[in-house]
Amino acid sequence: MSRKRVVSATINGDLVEFLCEPRQTLLEVLRNVLELTGAKEGCSNGNCGACTVLMNGRPVVSCLVLAMEAEGAEIRTIEGVACGSHLDEVQQAFLQGAALQCGICTPGFIMQTEALLAENPQPSEDEIRFYLAGNLCRCTGYDKIVRAVQSAAAQRQQASHSTQATR
Amino acid sequence: MKAFEYAAPSTEAEAIELMTERAGTVEILAGGTDLVGLMKQMLVNPDRVVNLMEIRSLREIEPTPSGGVSIGAAVSLEQILDSHYLDPYASLKQAINNISSMQLRCQGTLGGELCQRPQCWFFRGGHGLLGDDGRAVAQGDNRYHAVFANAGPAKFVNNSRLAPALIVRDARLRIVGPSPDAEQWVDLADFYRIPRHGEQRENVLRAGQFVSHIELPDPGSFQCATYEVRQGAGPEYPLTAAAARLNVQSGVVRDAKIVLGHVAPTPWRSEDAEHELIGKPLTAETIEAAGLAAIRLATPLSRNEYKVTLAQVSVERAVRMAAGLPPGGF
Ligand SMILES: Cc1cc2nc3c(=O)[nH]c(=O)nc-3n(C[C@H](O)[C@H](O)[C@H](O)COP(=O)(O)OP(=O)(O)OC[C@H]3O[C@@H](n4cnc5c(N)ncnc54)[C@H](O)[C@@H]3O)c2cc1C
Ligand code: FES
Ligand code: FES
Repeated sequence: MSRKRVVSATINGDLVEFLCEPRQTLLEVLRNVLELTGAKEGCSNGNCGACTVLMNGRPVVSCLVLAMEAEGAEIRTIEGVACGSHLDEVQQAFLQGAALQCGICTPGFIMQTEALLAENPQPSEDEIRFYLAGNLCRCTGYDKIVRAVQSAAAQRQQASHSTQATR
Repeated sequence: MKAFEYAAPSTEAEAIELMTERAGTVEILAGGTDLVGLMKQMLVNPDRVVNLMEIRSLREIEPTPSGGVSIGAAVSLEQILDSHYLDPYASLKQAINNISSMQLRCQGTLGGELCQRPQCWFFRGGHGLLGDDGRAVAQGDNRYHAVFANAGPAKFVNNSRLAPALIVRDARLRIVGPSPDAEQWVDLADFYRIPRHGEQRENVLRAGQFVSHIELPDPGSFQCATYEVRQGAGPEYPLTAAAARLNVQSGVVRDAKIVLGHVAPTPWRSEDAEHELIGKPLTAETIEAAGLAAIRLATPLSRNEYKVTLAQVSVERAVRMAAGLPPGGF
Protein backbone atom coordinates (compact mmCIF):
# COMPACT_ATOMS: atom_id res chain seq x y z
CA MET A 1 0.00 0.00 0.00
CA SER A 2 1.51 3.27 -0.84
CA ARG A 3 1.13 6.90 -1.62
CA LYS A 4 4.58 7.57 -3.06
CA ARG A 5 6.79 4.82 -4.42
CA VAL A 6 9.91 4.17 -6.43
CA VAL A 7 8.98 2.34 -9.60
CA SER A 8 11.55 0.50 -11.67
CA ALA A 9 10.98 -0.21 -15.33
CA THR A 10 13.06 -0.84 -18.41
CA ILE A 11 12.62 2.12 -20.72
CA ASN A 12 14.15 1.90 -24.19
CA GLY A 13 16.48 -0.81 -22.94
CA ASP A 14 17.71 1.02 -19.83
CA LEU A 15 16.67 0.14 -16.31
CA VAL A 16 15.13 3.32 -14.94
CA GLU A 17 13.91 4.13 -11.43
CA PHE A 18 11.59 6.99 -10.69
CA LEU A 19 9.63 8.26 -7.72
CA CYS A 20 5.96 8.81 -8.35
CA GLU A 21 2.55 9.18 -6.80
CA PRO A 22 -0.33 6.82 -7.62
CA ARG A 23 -2.23 9.63 -9.29
CA GLN A 24 0.45 10.28 -11.90
CA THR A 25 0.01 8.74 -15.32
CA LEU A 26 2.78 7.06 -17.23
CA LEU A 27 2.59 9.86 -19.79
CA GLU A 28 3.11 12.51 -17.09
CA VAL A 29 6.11 10.68 -15.71
CA LEU A 30 7.66 10.08 -19.12
CA ARG A 31 7.31 13.72 -20.09
CA ASN A 32 7.73 15.61 -16.83
CA VAL A 33 9.96 13.40 -14.72
CA LEU A 34 12.05 11.49 -17.24
CA GLU A 35 12.09 14.26 -19.85
CA LEU A 36 11.08 11.86 -22.59
CA THR A 37 8.81 14.37 -24.30
CA GLY A 38 8.37 12.41 -27.53
CA ALA A 39 5.04 10.89 -26.49
CA LYS A 40 2.49 13.68 -26.85
CA GLU A 41 -0.58 14.62 -24.88
CA GLY A 42 -3.33 15.20 -27.43
CA CYS A 43 -6.62 14.53 -25.69
CA SER A 44 -5.65 13.01 -22.36
CA ASN A 45 -8.61 10.60 -22.51
CA GLY A 46 -7.71 7.73 -24.79
CA ASN A 47 -9.23 9.06 -27.98
CA CYS A 48 -6.30 10.27 -30.06
CA GLY A 49 -3.38 7.84 -29.63
CA ALA A 50 -0.71 10.62 -29.60
CA CYS A 51 0.61 9.23 -26.31
CA THR A 52 0.98 5.64 -27.59
CA VAL A 53 3.98 3.73 -26.23
CA LEU A 54 4.73 0.02 -26.23
CA MET A 55 4.36 -1.68 -22.86
CA ASN A 56 5.67 -5.25 -22.85
CA GLY A 57 5.45 -5.13 -26.63
CA ARG A 58 1.82 -4.05 -26.86
CA PRO A 59 0.63 -0.56 -27.77
CA VAL A 60 -1.08 1.34 -24.95
CA VAL A 61 -2.30 4.91 -24.52
CA SER A 62 0.04 6.09 -21.78
CA CYS A 63 -2.37 8.86 -20.72
CA LEU A 64 -4.61 6.11 -19.27
CA VAL A 65 -1.87 4.02 -17.63
CA LEU A 66 -0.90 4.81 -14.05
CA ALA A 67 2.86 5.18 -13.70
CA MET A 68 2.70 2.64 -10.83
CA GLU A 69 1.52 0.04 -13.34
CA ALA A 70 4.88 0.30 -15.10
CA GLU A 71 6.62 -1.55 -12.25
CA GLY A 72 8.73 -4.27 -13.85
CA ALA A 73 7.48 -3.46 -17.34
CA GLU A 74 9.43 -3.05 -20.52
CA ILE A 75 8.54 0.24 -22.16
CA ARG A 76 9.49 1.52 -25.57
CA THR A 77 8.92 5.13 -26.54
CA ILE A 78 9.65 7.08 -29.71
CA GLU A 79 13.04 8.02 -28.22
CA GLY A 80 14.03 4.36 -28.42
CA VAL A 81 13.27 3.92 -32.11
CA ALA A 82 16.19 5.64 -33.85
CA CYS A 83 19.70 4.30 -33.37
CA GLY A 84 21.71 7.44 -32.58
CA SER A 85 21.06 9.75 -35.52
CA HIS A 86 20.11 6.84 -37.76
CA LEU A 87 16.33 6.84 -38.21
CA ASP A 88 14.60 3.50 -38.55
CA GLU A 89 12.58 2.53 -41.66
CA VAL A 90 9.28 3.77 -40.23
CA GLN A 91 10.62 7.18 -39.24
CA GLN A 92 12.39 7.47 -42.60
CA ALA A 93 9.22 6.59 -44.50
CA PHE A 94 7.11 9.14 -42.60
CA LEU A 95 9.70 11.81 -43.35
CA GLN A 96 10.14 10.94 -47.02
CA GLY A 97 6.44 10.47 -47.64
CA ALA A 98 5.54 13.78 -45.92
CA ALA A 99 3.24 11.81 -43.64
CA LEU A 100 3.22 14.60 -41.07
CA GLN A 101 2.48 18.28 -40.83
CA CYS A 102 2.40 19.58 -37.26
CA GLY A 103 3.82 16.27 -36.04
CA ILE A 104 1.87 16.01 -32.79
CA CYS A 105 0.32 12.71 -33.81
CA THR A 106 3.50 11.31 -35.37
CA PRO A 107 5.21 9.66 -32.35
CA GLY A 108 1.97 7.79 -31.66
CA PHE A 109 1.57 6.71 -35.27
CA ILE A 110 5.16 5.53 -35.41
CA MET A 111 4.92 3.48 -32.22
CA GLN A 112 1.64 1.97 -33.40
CA THR A 113 3.27 1.13 -36.75
CA GLU A 114 6.21 -0.49 -34.94
CA ALA A 115 3.73 -2.74 -33.11
CA LEU A 116 1.91 -3.54 -36.34
CA LEU A 117 5.03 -4.44 -38.32
CA ALA A 118 6.44 -6.55 -35.48
CA GLU A 119 3.31 -8.68 -35.62
CA ASN A 120 2.48 -8.46 -39.33
CA PRO A 121 5.47 -7.49 -41.52
CA GLN A 122 3.38 -7.27 -44.71
CA PRO A 123 0.06 -5.72 -43.78
CA SER A 124 -2.59 -4.96 -46.41
CA GLU A 125 -4.04 -1.46 -46.65
CA ASP A 126 -7.15 -2.60 -44.78
CA GLU A 127 -5.05 -4.14 -42.03
CA ILE A 128 -3.04 -0.90 -41.70
CA ARG A 129 -6.18 1.23 -41.46
CA PHE A 130 -7.71 -1.15 -38.91
CA TYR A 131 -4.57 -1.22 -36.75
CA LEU A 132 -4.11 2.55 -36.83
CA ALA A 133 -7.77 3.42 -36.20
CA GLY A 134 -7.02 4.49 -32.62
CA ASN A 135 -4.57 7.16 -33.82
CA LEU A 136 -6.03 10.44 -35.01
CA CYS A 137 -4.39 13.07 -37.21
CA ARG A 138 -5.96 16.47 -37.71
CA CYS A 139 -3.64 17.82 -40.40
CA THR A 140 -2.09 15.32 -42.78
CA GLY A 141 -4.94 13.06 -43.79
CA TYR A 142 -4.56 9.33 -43.53
CA ASP A 143 -3.59 8.41 -47.10
CA LYS A 144 -0.02 9.62 -46.77
CA ILE A 145 0.32 7.90 -43.43
CA VAL A 146 -0.93 4.60 -44.85
CA ARG A 147 1.47 4.93 -47.78
CA ALA A 148 4.36 5.63 -45.40
CA VAL A 149 3.53 2.47 -43.45
CA GLN A 150 3.42 0.46 -46.68
CA SER A 151 6.74 1.88 -47.75
CA ALA A 152 8.35 1.17 -44.36
CA ALA A 153 7.08 -2.40 -44.53
CA ALA A 154 8.57 -2.82 -48.01
CA GLN A 155 11.90 -1.31 -46.90
CA ARG A 156 12.08 -3.64 -43.94
CA GLN A 157 11.24 -6.68 -46.08
CA GLN A 158 13.96 -5.72 -48.53
CA ALA A 159 16.49 -5.17 -45.76
CA SER A 160 15.73 -8.54 -44.18
CA HIS A 161 16.01 -10.28 -47.59
CA SER A 162 19.37 -8.69 -48.27
CA THR A 163 20.72 -9.65 -44.83
CA GLN A 164 19.53 -13.20 -45.45
CA ALA A 165 21.23 -13.17 -48.87
CA THR A 166 24.56 -12.04 -47.44
CA ARG A 167 24.54 -14.75 -44.74
CA MET B 1 -6.70 13.27 -10.17
CA LYS B 2 -7.22 13.37 -6.41
CA ALA B 3 -4.56 11.55 -4.40
CA PHE B 4 -5.27 7.91 -3.55
CA GLU B 5 -3.56 4.83 -2.18
CA TYR B 6 -2.57 2.18 -4.68
CA ALA B 7 -2.10 -1.56 -4.32
CA ALA B 8 -1.46 -4.35 -6.80
CA PRO B 9 -2.17 -7.62 -4.97
CA SER B 10 -1.20 -10.97 -6.45
CA THR B 11 -4.10 -13.11 -5.18
CA GLU B 12 -7.88 -12.78 -5.08
CA ALA B 13 -7.89 -13.08 -1.29
CA GLU B 14 -5.41 -10.22 -0.90
CA ALA B 15 -7.49 -8.09 -3.25
CA ILE B 16 -10.64 -8.73 -1.22
CA GLU B 17 -8.82 -7.85 1.97
CA LEU B 18 -7.56 -4.60 0.45
CA MET B 19 -11.09 -3.80 -0.62
CA THR B 20 -12.77 -4.56 2.68
CA GLU B 21 -10.39 -3.33 5.37
CA ARG B 22 -11.49 0.13 6.39
CA ALA B 23 -10.11 2.19 3.56
CA GLY B 24 -12.81 4.64 2.54
CA THR B 25 -13.99 4.31 -1.01
CA VAL B 26 -12.28 1.71 -3.16
CA GLU B 27 -12.24 1.32 -6.93
CA ILE B 28 -11.04 -1.69 -8.89
CA LEU B 29 -8.51 -0.98 -11.63
CA ALA B 30 -8.14 -3.33 -14.57
CA GLY B 31 -6.97 -1.90 -17.92
CA GLY B 32 -7.78 1.59 -16.66
CA THR B 33 -9.11 2.84 -19.99
CA ASP B 34 -12.36 3.91 -18.36
CA LEU B 35 -11.42 4.36 -14.70
CA VAL B 36 -8.31 6.52 -15.21
CA GLY B 37 -10.31 8.92 -17.40
CA LEU B 38 -13.06 9.11 -14.76
CA MET B 39 -10.50 9.81 -12.04
CA LYS B 40 -8.82 12.50 -14.15
CA GLN B 41 -12.14 14.24 -14.58
CA MET B 42 -12.72 13.80 -10.83
CA LEU B 43 -16.01 12.04 -11.46
CA VAL B 44 -14.76 9.07 -9.45
CA ASN B 45 -12.53 9.91 -6.48
CA PRO B 46 -11.49 6.78 -4.63
CA ASP B 47 -9.40 6.76 -1.48
CA ARG B 48 -7.84 3.52 -2.64
CA VAL B 49 -7.33 1.82 -6.01
CA VAL B 50 -6.82 -1.94 -6.16
CA ASN B 51 -5.22 -3.12 -9.41
CA LEU B 52 -6.29 -6.63 -10.46
CA MET B 53 -3.75 -7.03 -13.25
CA GLU B 54 -1.12 -8.81 -11.14
CA ILE B 55 -3.47 -11.66 -10.20
CA ARG B 56 -2.44 -14.50 -12.51
CA SER B 57 -5.64 -16.53 -12.21
CA LEU B 58 -7.62 -13.57 -13.55
CA ARG B 59 -5.53 -13.41 -16.72
CA GLU B 60 -6.14 -16.88 -18.09
CA ILE B 61 -8.50 -18.34 -20.67
CA GLU B 62 -9.19 -22.02 -20.01
CA PRO B 63 -11.56 -24.70 -21.27
CA THR B 64 -14.02 -25.92 -18.61
CA PRO B 65 -14.79 -29.61 -17.93
CA SER B 66 -18.32 -29.10 -19.29
CA GLY B 67 -17.07 -28.06 -22.73
CA GLY B 68 -17.27 -24.31 -22.19
CA VAL B 69 -14.59 -21.69 -21.63
CA SER B 70 -13.64 -19.69 -18.54
CA ILE B 71 -12.20 -16.22 -19.13
CA GLY B 72 -10.43 -14.35 -16.32
CA ALA B 73 -11.86 -10.87 -15.74
CA ALA B 74 -8.45 -9.26 -16.34
CA VAL B 75 -7.95 -10.94 -19.73
CA SER B 76 -7.43 -8.29 -22.40
CA LEU B 77 -9.77 -7.98 -25.34
CA GLU B 78 -6.83 -8.74 -27.62
CA GLN B 79 -6.15 -12.00 -25.74
CA ILE B 80 -9.76 -13.02 -26.42
CA LEU B 81 -9.34 -12.34 -30.13
CA ASP B 82 -6.16 -14.42 -30.20
CA SER B 83 -7.52 -17.38 -28.22
CA HIS B 84 -8.36 -20.54 -30.17
CA TYR B 85 -10.56 -21.72 -27.32
CA LEU B 86 -12.89 -18.87 -28.22
CA ASP B 87 -13.03 -19.57 -31.96
CA PRO B 88 -16.45 -21.26 -31.60
CA TYR B 89 -17.80 -18.00 -30.14
CA ALA B 90 -17.25 -15.97 -33.29
CA SER B 91 -19.89 -13.34 -32.51
CA LEU B 92 -17.98 -12.38 -29.35
CA LYS B 93 -14.85 -11.80 -31.39
CA GLN B 94 -16.92 -9.89 -33.92
CA ALA B 95 -18.19 -7.57 -31.16
CA ILE B 96 -14.60 -6.96 -29.94
CA ASN B 97 -13.44 -6.15 -33.46
CA ASN B 98 -16.06 -3.42 -33.51
CA ILE B 99 -14.03 -1.59 -30.83
CA SER B 100 -11.85 -0.03 -33.45
CA SER B 101 -8.89 1.16 -31.39
CA MET B 102 -6.08 -1.38 -31.21
CA GLN B 103 -4.65 0.33 -28.12
CA LEU B 104 -7.95 -0.06 -26.28
CA ARG B 105 -8.21 -3.71 -27.30
CA CYS B 106 -4.69 -4.34 -25.95
CA GLN B 107 -5.28 -2.41 -22.75
CA GLY B 108 -8.97 -2.95 -21.99
CA THR B 109 -10.10 -6.11 -20.19
CA LEU B 110 -13.26 -8.16 -20.34
CA GLY B 111 -14.17 -7.39 -16.70
CA GLY B 112 -13.64 -3.68 -17.32
CA GLU B 113 -15.71 -3.79 -20.48
CA LEU B 114 -18.62 -5.37 -18.63
CA CYS B 115 -18.32 -2.99 -15.64
CA GLN B 116 -17.59 0.23 -17.54
CA ARG B 117 -19.55 3.25 -16.38
CA PRO B 118 -22.15 4.81 -18.69
CA GLN B 119 -21.02 7.21 -21.40
CA CYS B 120 -24.09 9.43 -20.70
CA TRP B 121 -22.86 12.96 -21.25
CA PHE B 122 -24.71 14.31 -18.20
CA PHE B 123 -22.84 11.78 -16.02
CA ARG B 124 -19.53 12.48 -17.78
CA GLY B 125 -20.19 16.20 -17.55
CA GLY B 126 -20.46 16.05 -13.75
CA HIS B 127 -24.25 16.14 -13.35
CA GLY B 128 -24.39 12.74 -11.65
CA LEU B 129 -25.62 9.42 -12.97
CA LEU B 130 -29.25 10.25 -12.24
CA GLY B 131 -28.81 14.00 -12.87
CA ASP B 132 -31.47 15.94 -10.91
CA ASP B 133 -33.55 12.80 -10.44
CA GLY B 134 -33.70 12.17 -14.16
CA ARG B 135 -34.88 15.67 -15.06
CA ALA B 136 -31.52 16.71 -16.54
CA VAL B 137 -31.84 14.03 -19.23
CA ALA B 138 -35.61 14.27 -19.68
CA GLN B 139 -35.41 18.00 -20.33
CA GLY B 140 -32.00 18.11 -21.98
CA ASP B 141 -30.29 16.68 -25.03
CA ASN B 142 -31.20 13.03 -24.73
CA ARG B 143 -30.49 11.88 -28.27
CA TYR B 144 -28.25 9.00 -27.14
CA HIS B 145 -30.28 7.98 -24.12
CA ALA B 146 -32.56 5.07 -23.28
CA VAL B 147 -35.68 4.21 -25.25
CA PHE B 148 -36.69 1.38 -22.90
CA ALA B 149 -37.03 1.21 -19.11
CA ASN B 150 -36.51 4.95 -18.81
CA ALA B 151 -39.48 5.93 -16.63
CA GLY B 152 -37.37 6.18 -13.45
CA PRO B 153 -34.50 8.57 -12.79
CA ALA B 154 -32.00 6.39 -14.74
CA LYS B 155 -32.14 7.25 -18.40
CA PHE B 156 -28.57 6.43 -19.45
CA VAL B 157 -27.80 3.39 -21.60
CA ASN B 158 -25.54 0.49 -20.79
CA ASN B 159 -22.62 0.87 -23.19
CA SER B 160 -21.10 -2.58 -23.02
CA ARG B 161 -20.51 -3.92 -26.49
CA LEU B 162 -19.84 -7.42 -25.27
CA ALA B 163 -22.65 -7.94 -22.76
CA PRO B 164 -25.39 -8.58 -25.37
CA ALA B 165 -23.16 -11.07 -27.23
CA LEU B 166 -22.31 -12.83 -23.95
CA ILE B 167 -25.87 -12.84 -22.59
CA VAL B 168 -27.27 -14.58 -25.66
CA ARG B 169 -24.59 -17.22 -24.96
CA ASP B 170 -25.87 -17.62 -21.36
CA ALA B 171 -22.57 -16.39 -19.86
CA ARG B 172 -22.20 -16.51 -16.08
CA LEU B 173 -20.01 -14.44 -13.81
CA ARG B 174 -18.03 -15.60 -10.82
CA ILE B 175 -18.16 -12.88 -8.18
CA VAL B 176 -15.83 -13.00 -5.18
CA GLY B 177 -15.83 -11.19 -1.82
CA PRO B 178 -16.60 -9.49 0.50
CA SER B 179 -15.34 -12.26 2.81
CA PRO B 180 -12.06 -13.85 1.67
CA ASP B 181 -13.54 -17.17 0.56
CA ALA B 182 -16.96 -15.98 -0.60
CA GLU B 183 -17.83 -16.74 -4.20
CA GLN B 184 -21.08 -16.75 -6.08
CA TRP B 185 -22.18 -17.35 -9.65
CA VAL B 186 -24.55 -14.93 -11.31
CA ASP B 187 -26.01 -15.06 -14.81
CA LEU B 188 -24.68 -12.08 -16.74
CA ALA B 189 -28.32 -11.37 -17.64
CA ASP B 190 -29.01 -10.75 -13.92
CA PHE B 191 -25.80 -8.81 -13.21
CA TYR B 192 -27.05 -5.40 -14.29
CA ARG B 193 -29.67 -3.37 -12.49
CA ILE B 194 -31.30 -0.03 -12.94
CA PRO B 195 -30.22 2.28 -10.10
CA ARG B 196 -33.10 3.97 -8.31
CA HIS B 197 -31.06 6.40 -6.23
CA GLY B 198 -27.61 7.96 -6.20
CA GLU B 199 -26.08 5.36 -3.88
CA GLN B 200 -26.68 2.50 -6.31
CA ARG B 201 -24.45 1.54 -9.22
CA GLU B 202 -25.38 -0.10 -12.47
CA ASN B 203 -24.70 -3.65 -11.37
CA VAL B 204 -25.30 -5.89 -8.35
CA LEU B 205 -21.73 -5.82 -6.99
CA ARG B 206 -21.56 -4.85 -3.33
CA ALA B 207 -18.63 -3.16 -1.60
CA GLY B 208 -15.74 -5.60 -1.37
CA GLN B 209 -16.84 -7.68 -4.36
CA PHE B 210 -15.43 -7.98 -7.85
CA VAL B 211 -15.89 -10.13 -10.93
CA SER B 212 -13.17 -12.77 -11.16
CA HIS B 213 -14.24 -14.89 -14.14
CA ILE B 214 -16.70 -15.00 -16.99
CA GLU B 215 -17.79 -18.48 -17.99
CA LEU B 216 -19.30 -19.44 -21.31
CA PRO B 217 -21.16 -22.75 -21.62
CA ASP B 218 -20.54 -25.26 -24.41
CA PRO B 219 -20.98 -23.36 -27.71
CA GLY B 220 -23.66 -25.87 -28.81
CA SER B 221 -25.15 -25.78 -32.27
CA PHE B 222 -26.40 -22.24 -32.08
CA GLN B 223 -25.92 -19.60 -34.70
CA CYS B 224 -25.07 -16.22 -33.17
CA ALA B 225 -24.43 -12.73 -34.48
CA THR B 226 -24.16 -9.15 -33.29
CA TYR B 227 -25.19 -6.17 -35.36
CA GLU B 228 -24.39 -2.56 -34.49
CA VAL B 229 -25.74 0.65 -35.99
CA ARG B 230 -22.83 3.06 -35.98
CA GLN B 231 -22.39 6.63 -37.01
CA GLY B 232 -18.86 6.26 -38.29
CA ALA B 233 -15.89 3.93 -38.33
CA GLY B 234 -13.96 5.58 -35.47
CA PRO B 235 -13.81 4.49 -31.84
CA GLU B 236 -17.34 5.73 -31.13
CA TYR B 237 -20.01 3.70 -29.46
CA PRO B 238 -22.85 2.36 -31.57
CA LEU B 239 -26.26 4.08 -31.49
CA THR B 240 -27.99 0.74 -31.02
CA ALA B 241 -26.97 -2.91 -31.25
CA ALA B 242 -28.51 -6.34 -31.04
CA ALA B 243 -27.18 -9.84 -30.46
CA ALA B 244 -29.14 -12.84 -31.67
CA ARG B 245 -28.83 -16.54 -30.99
CA LEU B 246 -30.80 -18.98 -33.12
CA ASN B 247 -31.22 -22.68 -33.26
CA VAL B 248 -32.73 -23.44 -36.65
CA GLN B 249 -33.66 -26.97 -37.66
CA SER B 250 -35.07 -27.79 -41.09
CA GLY B 251 -35.75 -24.11 -41.67
CA VAL B 252 -37.77 -23.71 -38.44
CA VAL B 253 -36.53 -21.68 -35.46
CA ARG B 254 -36.47 -24.05 -32.46
CA ASP B 255 -34.99 -21.55 -30.04
CA ALA B 256 -34.06 -17.87 -30.11
CA LYS B 257 -32.54 -15.31 -27.79
CA ILE B 258 -32.40 -11.61 -28.58
CA VAL B 259 -30.59 -8.97 -26.49
CA LEU B 260 -30.28 -5.32 -27.44
CA GLY B 261 -27.50 -2.97 -26.40
CA HIS B 262 -27.36 0.84 -25.98
CA VAL B 263 -31.14 1.15 -25.68
CA ALA B 264 -31.77 0.85 -21.91
CA PRO B 265 -29.88 1.28 -18.61
CA THR B 266 -29.13 -2.46 -18.81
CA PRO B 267 -28.63 -4.81 -21.74
CA TRP B 268 -32.21 -5.31 -22.92
CA ARG B 269 -33.59 -8.75 -23.62
CA SER B 270 -36.59 -8.89 -25.93
CA GLU B 271 -38.72 -11.93 -25.25
CA ASP B 272 -41.36 -10.38 -27.51
CA ALA B 273 -38.97 -10.63 -30.45
CA GLU B 274 -38.00 -14.17 -29.45
CA HIS B 275 -41.68 -15.25 -29.39
CA GLU B 276 -42.15 -13.99 -32.92
CA LEU B 277 -39.38 -16.30 -34.09
CA ILE B 278 -39.74 -19.50 -32.07
CA GLY B 279 -41.62 -22.26 -33.87
CA LYS B 280 -41.79 -20.31 -37.11
CA PRO B 281 -39.96 -20.69 -40.40
CA LEU B 282 -37.25 -18.10 -40.82
CA THR B 283 -38.72 -15.87 -43.53
CA ALA B 284 -38.50 -12.16 -44.31
CA GLU B 285 -41.92 -11.77 -42.68
CA THR B 286 -41.02 -13.47 -39.39
CA ILE B 287 -37.80 -11.49 -39.18
CA GLU B 288 -39.69 -8.24 -39.70
CA ALA B 289 -42.28 -9.28 -37.13
CA ALA B 290 -39.46 -9.91 -34.63
CA GLY B 291 -38.04 -6.44 -35.26
CA LEU B 292 -41.43 -4.84 -34.73
CA ALA B 293 -42.10 -6.89 -31.60
CA ALA B 294 -38.74 -5.80 -30.17
CA ILE B 295 -39.83 -2.15 -30.13
CA ARG B 296 -43.38 -2.65 -28.87
CA LEU B 297 -42.46 -1.47 -25.35
CA ALA B 298 -40.32 1.47 -26.47
CA THR B 299 -40.89 4.80 -24.72
CA PRO B 300 -38.60 7.27 -26.49
CA LEU B 301 -37.58 10.54 -24.86
CA SER B 302 -37.99 13.97 -26.48
CA ARG B 303 -35.05 13.63 -28.88
CA ASN B 304 -34.42 9.96 -29.47
CA GLU B 305 -37.39 8.54 -31.33
CA TYR B 306 -35.00 7.70 -34.16
CA LYS B 307 -33.34 5.11 -31.89
CA VAL B 308 -36.54 3.08 -31.84
CA THR B 309 -36.30 2.52 -35.59
CA LEU B 310 -32.60 1.73 -35.25
CA ALA B 311 -33.36 -0.81 -32.51
CA GLN B 312 -35.83 -2.55 -34.82
CA VAL B 313 -33.29 -2.57 -37.65
CA SER B 314 -30.57 -3.92 -35.31
CA VAL B 315 -32.75 -6.85 -34.29
CA GLU B 316 -33.74 -7.70 -37.86
CA ARG B 317 -30.17 -7.53 -39.10
CA ALA B 318 -28.70 -9.48 -36.19
CA VAL B 319 -31.24 -12.24 -36.85
CA ARG B 320 -30.46 -12.22 -40.56
CA MET B 321 -26.74 -12.45 -39.86
CA ALA B 322 -27.22 -15.26 -37.33
CA ALA B 323 -29.20 -17.11 -39.99
CA GLY B 324 -26.30 -16.69 -42.41
CA LEU B 325 -28.19 -14.18 -44.59
CA PRO B 326 -26.69 -10.86 -45.67
CA PRO B 327 -27.72 -8.25 -43.08
CA GLY B 328 -29.12 -5.91 -45.74
CA GLY B 329 -28.77 -2.14 -45.80
CA PHE B 330 -25.64 -0.35 -46.89
C1 LIG C 1 -11.54 6.48 -26.52
C2 LIG C 1 -12.30 5.35 -25.88
C3 LIG C 1 -13.17 4.58 -26.65
C4 LIG C 1 -13.83 3.50 -26.09
N1 LIG C 1 -14.64 2.77 -26.90
C5 LIG C 1 -15.29 1.73 -26.38
C6 LIG C 1 -16.14 0.95 -27.19
O1 LIG C 1 -16.28 1.20 -28.38
N2 LIG C 1 -16.84 -0.06 -26.62
C7 LIG C 1 -16.72 -0.35 -25.31
O2 LIG C 1 -17.36 -1.27 -24.84
N3 LIG C 1 -15.91 0.36 -24.52
C8 LIG C 1 -15.21 1.38 -25.03
N4 LIG C 1 -14.42 2.12 -24.20
C9 LIG C 1 -14.47 1.88 -22.74
C10 LIG C 1 -13.40 0.98 -22.18
O3 LIG C 1 -12.16 1.37 -22.64
C11 LIG C 1 -13.56 -0.48 -22.52
O4 LIG C 1 -14.86 -0.88 -22.24
C12 LIG C 1 -12.57 -1.35 -21.76
O5 LIG C 1 -12.72 -2.70 -22.14
C13 LIG C 1 -12.68 -1.21 -20.27
O6 LIG C 1 -11.79 -2.13 -19.68
P1 LIG C 1 -10.64 -1.70 -18.67
O7 LIG C 1 -10.03 -2.97 -18.24
O8 LIG C 1 -9.76 -0.70 -19.26
O9 LIG C 1 -11.52 -1.07 -17.52
P2 LIG C 1 -11.14 -0.15 -16.28
O10 LIG C 1 -11.07 1.26 -16.72
O11 LIG C 1 -9.99 -0.70 -15.55
O12 LIG C 1 -12.45 -0.39 -15.42
C14 LIG C 1 -13.73 0.07 -15.87
C15 LIG C 1 -14.73 -0.01 -14.71
O13 LIG C 1 -15.00 -1.34 -14.36
C16 LIG C 1 -14.60 -1.63 -13.02
N5 LIG C 1 -13.98 -2.95 -13.07
C17 LIG C 1 -12.97 -3.35 -13.87
N6 LIG C 1 -12.72 -4.67 -13.72
C18 LIG C 1 -13.60 -5.12 -12.79
C19 LIG C 1 -13.84 -6.39 -12.19
N7 LIG C 1 -13.15 -7.47 -12.54
N8 LIG C 1 -14.82 -6.49 -11.27
C20 LIG C 1 -15.55 -5.39 -10.93
N9 LIG C 1 -15.38 -4.17 -11.46
C21 LIG C 1 -14.40 -4.03 -12.37
C22 LIG C 1 -13.66 -0.51 -12.63
O14 LIG C 1 -13.71 -0.27 -11.27
C23 LIG C 1 -14.21 0.65 -13.44
O15 LIG C 1 -15.29 1.25 -12.80
C24 LIG C 1 -13.69 3.20 -24.72
C25 LIG C 1 -12.83 3.96 -23.96
C26 LIG C 1 -12.13 5.01 -24.51
C27 LIG C 1 -11.18 5.80 -23.66
S1 FES D 1 -3.36 11.78 -25.17
FE1 FES D 1 -3.57 9.69 -24.77
S2 FES D 1 -4.95 9.08 -26.29
FE2 FES D 1 -4.90 11.22 -26.60
S1 FES E 1 0.34 15.97 -38.32
FE1 FES E 1 -0.80 17.32 -37.10
S2 FES E 1 -2.11 15.96 -36.08
FE2 FES E 1 -1.16 14.68 -37.47
